[in-house]
Amino acid sequence: MHEMAIMQGILEIAEGEAEKHGAGRINVIKLRIGEFRGVVRDALEFAFEALRQGTKAEQAALEIETVPLRASCPNCSERNIPLNDFSLLCRDCGSILTIVAGREMEIEYLDLE
Amino acid sequence: MHQVTLETGIMEANEQLASHNRELYDAQGISVINLMSAPGAGKTSVLEKTIQRMKDDYRLGVIEGDLMTTMDADRISALGVPAYQITTGTVCHLDARMVHNALHNFDIGGIELLFIENVGNLVCPAEFNLGEHLKIMVYSVVEGAEKPRKYPVMFHESAVVLLNKVDLLPYSGVSLEELQRNVLAVNPEAIIFPVSCRTGEGFDAWTEWLRGWIDARRSAITRAGNAASGN
Ligand SMILES: Nc1nc2c(ncn2[C@@H]2O[C@H](COP(=O)(O)OP(=O)(O)OP(=O)(O)O)[C@@H](O)[C@H]2O)c(=O)[nH]1
Ligand SMILES: [Mg+2]
Ligand SMILES: [Zn+2]
Repeated sequence: MHEMAIMQGILEIAEGEAEKHGAGRINVIKLRIGEFRGVVRDALEFAFEALRQGTKAEQAALEIETVPLRASCPNCSERNIPLNDFSLLCRDCGSILTIVAGREMEIEYLDLE
Repeated sequence: MHQVTLETGIMEANEQLASHNRELYDAQGISVINLMSAPGAGKTSVLEKTIQRMKDDYRLGVIEGDLMTTMDADRISALGVPAYQITTGTVCHLDARMVHNALHNFDIGGIELLFIENVGNLVCPAEFNLGEHLKIMVYSVVEGAEKPRKYPVMFHESAVVLLNKVDLLPYSGVSLEELQRNVLAVNPEAIIFPVSCRTGEGFDAWTEWLRGWIDARRSAITRAGNAASGN
């Protein structure tokens, strides 16, 4: 359940931003989480429920976008290969693929009031 | 209502502390390894065996991370190597701050190679950098050949993967070839050593690699030191 620690970090960043912009409350926290990270969406939502009380995000909506794992092959011209099985070896030529998406861990935006 | 677009990564605070730890290690010429695995895969056993083979030639130290008890640190101290125990209570991983706090209480001066044994957990530790120079994962082969595909992140993050308990392969029905294929699928550049802490199998190859790594870092550190002092 490292999602607790991660959510704590998210709320710290969000409250810091609200402070900076003189906002009294946070309406929306929008996250982008790569599929190829060890973060479980349900656990993150649970952590948010547990930790939001008493923060400026008490009434906020948590929106989590899961970013699918995608890669490109340095050898083939394939630029945007979806990877359903986490295999980073090209199915066509066996080259090592370069990850282009799916490792994100970011707050995309906050909606402040 | 207004939208604020952010560029800060969620793990930024931990990353900054991790870089700070890294500066402390580098300033003292210490090489640091973060050792991760699921509970009971054999991290402490691997450390014991590795220490026995290397302690005459290198100044070693260990930081142990566990939920509770100092048992693992006691096992290391028994070998005459300085060990410091971090107990995390309920937290399932070490983070850069816990290690930083440990560095205030544990004198790492004079240590060349510091191992940090993470809390036993197959998922969480991989998300938290500690400022280490190398991540190593221990995996117990009896847990099955398919786990790298089901829990790919730690395998992906680790430069070296030790496939431990190979003495149990005959009883487990697990195929070492299939397991290695699955590790390489999620981490094509992984350096893999099949080992057994029970029989010692594989430890020659693994410790030879580790000696090579630390020696290469030693000479890089000396060169950097000479450059800094104008020699
Ligand atoms: N058969 C066999 N048993 C092993 C081997 N390596 C470790 N074990 C056993 O596996 C158990 C766990 O080993 P530890 O070294 O304590 O594992 P760990 O990863 O440090 O465990 P935690 O710190 O609690 O997560 C012990 O009973 C060891 O004796 C091995 O190569 N073969
Ligand atoms: Mg242990
Ligand atoms: Zn290809």
